[in-house]
Formats: sequence, C-alpha cells, structure tokens
Amino acid sequence: MAKKTASARGKTPAKPGAKAPAKRAVKAPEAQSSNLYEGMIPVARLKDKDTYRHVVSLLVDNEAGVLARVIGMIAGRGYNIESLTVAEVDRERQLSRINIATSGTHQIIEQVKAQLGRLVPVHVVRDLTDDGPSVARELALVKVAGVGDKRVEALRIGDIFRANVVDSSTQSFVFEVVGNTDKVDAFIELMKPLGLVEVSRTGVAAIARGAAGIDKK
Amino acid sequence: MAAEALKAERGTETEELFVGARLILKALEEQGVEVVFGYPGGAVLPIYDELFKQNSIRHVLVRHEQGAVHAAEGYARSTGKVGCVLVTSGPGATNAVTGLTDALMDSIPLVCLTGQVPTHLIGNDAFQEADTVGITRPCTKHNYLVRDVNQLAKVIHEAFYVARSGRPGPVVVDLPKDVCMAMGTYTTAPRGINRQQHKTYRPKTKPDSSAVAAAVALMAGAKRPLFYTGGGVINSGPKASALLRELVRLTGFPITSTLMGLGAYPASGDKWLGMLGMHGTYEANLAMHGCDVMINIGARFDDRITGNLKFFSPDSKKIHVDIDASSINKNVIVDIPVIGDCAAVLEEMIALWKAKRYEADQKALKAWLRQIAQWQGRDCLHYEQHGKIIKPQYAIQRLYELTKKRETYITTEVGQHQMWAAQFYRFEQPNHWLTSGGLGTMGYGLPAAVGVQMAHPDALVVDIAGEASIMMNIQELSTAVQYRLPVKVFIINNQYMGMVRQWQELLHGSRYSESYSEALPDFVKLAEAFGCVGMRVQDPAEMDDTIKEMISIKRPVVCDVVVDQKENCFPMIPSGKAHNEMILGTSEKTGKAITGEGLALV
Repeated sequence: MAKKTASARGKTPAKPGAKAPAKRAVKAPEAQSSNLYEGMIPVARLKDKDTYRHVVSLLVDNEAGVLARVIGMIAGRGYNIESLTVAEVDRERQLSRINIATSGTHQIIEQVKAQLGRLVPVHVVRDLTDDGPSVARELALVKVAGVGDKRVEALRIGDIFRANVVDSSTQSFVFEVVGNTDKVDAFIELMKPLGLVEVSRTGVAAIARGAAGIDKK
Repeated sequence: MAAEALKAERGTETEELFVGARLILKALEEQGVEVVFGYPGGAVLPIYDELFKQNSIRHVLVRHEQGAVHAAEGYARSTGKVGCVLVTSGPGATNAVTGLTDALMDSIPLVCLTGQVPTHLIGNDAFQEADTVGITRPCTKHNYLVRDVNQLAKVIHEAFYVARSGRPGPVVVDLPKDVCMAMGTYTTAPRGINRQQHKTYRPKTKPDSSAVAAAVALMAGAKRPLFYTGGGVINSGPKASALLRELVRLTGFPITSTLMGLGAYPASGDKWLGMLGMHGTYEANLAMHGCDVMINIGARFDDRITGNLKFFSPDSKKIHVDIDASSINKNVIVDIPVIGDCAAVLEEMIALWKAKRYEADQKALKAWLRQIAQWQGRDCLHYEQHGKIIKPQYAIQRLYELTKKRETYITTEVGQHQMWAAQFYRFEQPNHWLTSGGLGTMGYGLPAAVGVQMAHPDALVVDIAGEASIMMNIQELSTAVQYRLPVKVFIINNQYMGMVRQWQELLHGSRYSESYSEALPDFVKLAEAFGCVGMRVQDPAEMDDTIKEMISIKRPVVCDVVVDQKENCFPMIPSGKAHNEMILGTSEKTGKAITGEGLALV
C-alpha cells in the first residue's frame, strides 16, 4: 500500500501533460450519473449501515470564528472528526481551505456536507472521496529514540518509506514522513518497537485530480 | 477615529460621516424596520440616544430580554417581516439566548442587535462582558461582531438578508460601544440584481425541474396519497398557502399538518385531517402510517411527528420538499427530495399536474378517503362537558366559537393547553397561529402576543396559556399596559404543570414530583396590580359570557379559567411507539403503554 502511494507520487510530476487529467475530469461526472437531480441519493445507499471514511474540503471566508463555526457544528451534532486541517489559501480573496477527514454512514456524511453547506461563510463543500478521484497527503514528524540495531533498523525503514531525517542526536531521530493516512499509520506502527517517542501529524490535506478547481464544477 | 482625521484619510469631503449609532438606525430604516423590541443598558446607550432623536422607528420596552425576542418572533410570524431586537451586552445578550434558540428551531427571521463592551476591553472580563458571538454561534443562523464603524451599515444589511433568505432564522449583530460612538460612512443596501449577490450565501429557491417532475409523476400514480405540510409553507408566505390549497383541490388528496403548519390549509377544508404527531388526530396519524405516497411540504420529520422511526410510515414512497438541503434525509430517508422554496415548488407542481393532464386514481382515492372517514368516525378528540367543572377542551372550543368571525391571532405557551389549542382552535389562515414548536419554550405566548398586537393593533390577540407557563414571562403584562396593547391572556388553570403531570401519570406511577403549582398567585389581583383587567370563571355555564366580556374590553385582560385538574391530553402516541399504536384516552391501559426504550425518550 505504502509503496503504491510512493510510486504514484513519483509519477505525477514526471508526466505533467494535460491529457491524463482531462480524461479524469470527464470521468468525474460519470461517477455521479446515478444522480437524477440535485440532492437525489439512492435510498439503498442511504440505508447502508456501514461506515466509510471521507475527506471533505471546504473553501471558507478567512474571518474570525469561521473554524469555530465549522467545528462547533460538527461537535454539536455529534459527528466524528478524524483530522482537520485549515490554512489560508488565497490571501487576495481572503479564503481558507478546511479539509475534514470524517467517517460515518453515507447518510451521516451527506448530513455533514449539507450542514456545512448552509453555514454562511462557506463558499464550497466538496466530497473528495465521492466526487471523483483525488489525492490526499499527510505529513508526520515522528521521534524515535534508540541505540544500536534498533537505531539502524529505524533508519532503514525510514528509507523504505522515503522519510527524511530532519533532526538527529546520538540517541534519536526525527523523521519527516509524507503520504496518505495509511502510509503514515504504517510507518508509525513500525516505529513502535523501535523506540517511538512521539508523533506530530498535520492531518489530511487533499485535492481533486484533474484541471478543475474546487470552486468550479 | 476623529471625524476629521477620517475625512482627511479618505480625502473626500462629499462622503458624509455619521456616528455609529446613527448608522445603525439608518440601516434599520432602510431595511424597513418599524418596531424594535428592546431593553437598554450601558453598552447600547449610544443607540438609545439616537433612537430618542428620531421618529421613524418605534421602540417597545419589554421587561426582560427573552420577552423582547419572543415579541419580535410574534411580530415576524404574524407579518412575514424580519423582527428586530435591541439588547445590551452581557446579561442582555444571555437573556436573549432562549428566544434566539426558539427562533432558530422554528425558522423565524430576526435580527438581534446586542451591545458589547468597547473593542479594547473585549476578552478582559469587563463589566457586563460576555462572549456573545461565541455563546450565540450555535443558536443563531449566523452572527457578526462589528469591529469597524465603516462596516456597520453593510453588516446590518447583510444580517437582514441572511435572516430572511432561504430557511429564515435569527441573526445576531454584536456592537462594541466604541464602534457605535465612532464616526463612519453609510453604505446603502444592495439593490436589484445585487441583492442576490452575497458572496457565499445564496440559497436555492427554484427547484430542480426533473425532481418536481418525478414527484408529480409519483403523486399521479398514488393509491393512498397524503399531504404532510409544515411551517415551511407558512414561512414561504401567503402565496404558498394559496398554492397548497389549489394543489389539494386539484389532486383531491387528503392533507394533514404539523403544529407549525396549522392554517396553511383551512381547518374547514374538506380534505383536512387535523394535526398529526404525538397529540395529533387518530385519522391523521393512521393516514401517515398507511399512505403509499407521502408528500412532505416544508416539514422536517421531527420526532414529535414521526414517533418511532423504525415503524414510521413503512409502506410509503416519500417526497420531501424543503428549502434546506440539510433537512432532507436527516431523520427519514426519502425517495424524492425537492430542494426549493415551497411556493416555487408548489407552483411548478400545479403547472406540471395541469400540463400533463394528470388525474388521481379516483377509484383508489375514494377507497382511501372512505378508510379515512372510518377513522374519523372514532371521533378521537371527543370529550364530555358535564357537571360543574370546566373541561379545558370546552374552554378552548368556546373561545374558538366566539372569536372565529373576527380577525383573531392565537399564541400559546407550552404544555397541555398548547396541544388543546392546536386540536380545538380551528385555523383558516396562515400566520394567525403562533406557538413555540421546536424548542417548546414556556413563556413564549405572552411576549409573542405583545409582538403580534404591535403589528396588528385592531386584531384580537389571545394568548392561550397555562398557569405555570404564564408565570415564566408574566412581567410582559407591564409592557402590554404601557403600550395599551389589548392582549388577552386566557389561562387554562389546572394548578399543575399539566403535561409534566400527564407524563408522570403515564410513565412514573403517578408520582407527581414537583409538578403541582403551589402558591399560585391570585391571577385576578395580579392582573389588576399590573393595570390589566382580571377575570375568573369556574362555572361552565358562565364560560360564554366571560369570553364575550373579555373580548369586549379594550384593554389587556387576564382571564383565569379554572379547569378540571385531572384532564389529560389525548390522543397520544406514547414515546417510542409508532403512529398506529396511539392511545385515545385514559380508559385504555395507558400506564402500560410506555415501556422499555420509550421511557428514556422525551
């Protein structure tokens, strides 16, 4: 899994041609072809009791309290947040982007999106899991302390995961590992027996594949 | 910033400068505000000073900020306009929170201006400081803290736009005192096409036509159809009610409504089944359970309506028309969602029904209506008035009979009297029935009546109250007296918090823990002390004369109707049960009706 992600990452910058994204852009609406009209979601899908992990991206006005509004709504209604990232992405238009990794049944996810959509400072809500292909990345700083074989093994695994060592002492490393959530999880899991001290993660940043931007269909 | 400094900075002499408080009032005037309900305090003194200097906006001084918000709700709901509230910082704002939450739950458009300590003191625990924006964030549709005097007018215009657009709701604008005292320029409200150009908030009002087509096709093929309508029809405006009536006439389908939607379709209409839900009629609830196509227009599948979701209308295809996409598939999964304003959707439905020359399956519809008539035969609201004790239902029924020919607005508090009012007062018009549906706020009715009477000085406004609820905002009698508002408080007095007592009887072995209203005031003397007229009636034979006298008095009246203490509100769907498991009266084994999970529900 981790390897696959890593290789995908390697490919994207190598082939910046417009062809591949364009093909994907056409594909995205096809995925929604079951939507007869806006808001129509098949009953069977809504009745599905399994939970799914979704990444939802929002474009919001970068104003005081906007994050509190988003978090407060999600907490107040009892939805689940796995990770949340927020940062200004357009200084001129004063826009921030919030990426929320959440999990729930289809019905809950639809609710989360609808509730987010009616917050006044929210420009756009996009379900990056449902609305066509997307890429998601997370960065983690992972501190591992140890000596001897364990230290060597940590470094070796770090190499496999293409993690960078960003700090080192005679008894510790801080790795910087980037990838999708599964990859970061896997790396941290492997570090546990090797002297894992602590982890600092950014949460998921995600973006749709293809040429279209979040605020244009 | 000093006026001159600002002028110099902008380099223009033409832009006129006003003090912040004046800018606020200018914006309110431009938004068409005629009445503000409020209460002064330190942080809003500059605004009150400007109010003093002008004549176009009237201010109604309430006696508690909760009352101000409910009064504005009453004003808004009976006129269709945005209600306006002005309160001070700290306790002024926190007292308004219940009213704001009430308005949010019932989708009532309000703009509430709250004072705030000067910007340099914000966050310092200053005197009468509260984090108003933080506190009201989850109980408003949106809120603002204005830090720049030049943004004042723009923000207030935007607040009114947000309050009235899409699904209406309350909006708070928090106004630090220094901003109200600074000099700044005025911005006029966006007009014409720009009105809709809010940069983010542009709710969809026109429905997707393919959704409407799918809905109408489903309706045309229905064998056991039912309209289930709600407050959204009322909020959409009188046109929506007129269109609803036409669609019902066109299709011939029966119709029921939530508590909030009463009046959209006339109670005298031949397809009317009465209200549905926990205390709805037998026929309405059984029709909900048994229908094959449910057409929900502007209702939100509230838990008071659905009962146990597992058994809710199991065999129906459901159409849900709502302006708020988040209401769709929230509680009940529907087959055809139609996102749009009720009036716009109804208009398209009617046009399409006519264009396609659809016609209901007359044979099936007749059988369905026959079935419903059979349910109606149970006469589920039956009660017997005999002896010397007034039945609460009788009091309300007589009130209805003696006021139905007038322009009458009914408000209520919350509890048994509210449900009896909904069952026995028959509403013919939208916007004439005002009750706290979503939040269930005791103390709503009297201040709401004050707001209604302000908007409709010549109408009869009656607050059907309980003796416990009325005590929650009794102080507003003083407001009614001050502004010569002849509101009538019709207290159904059973000396119990009746609905609490009923649940204790049904669920908790008749252990009436703290539900008896001990040490009640003498309402006649209390009325007189406030400067109102007090009346009391205990004998059913005097009921009519008392009501007639009450109506004839052109002053605020408190009428204490002493009623049967033991009467319960039926029919009732016990909590945790389905529509077809409703109980019709105490004769059935009601005590055993609520068991297991139902005990834990509200």
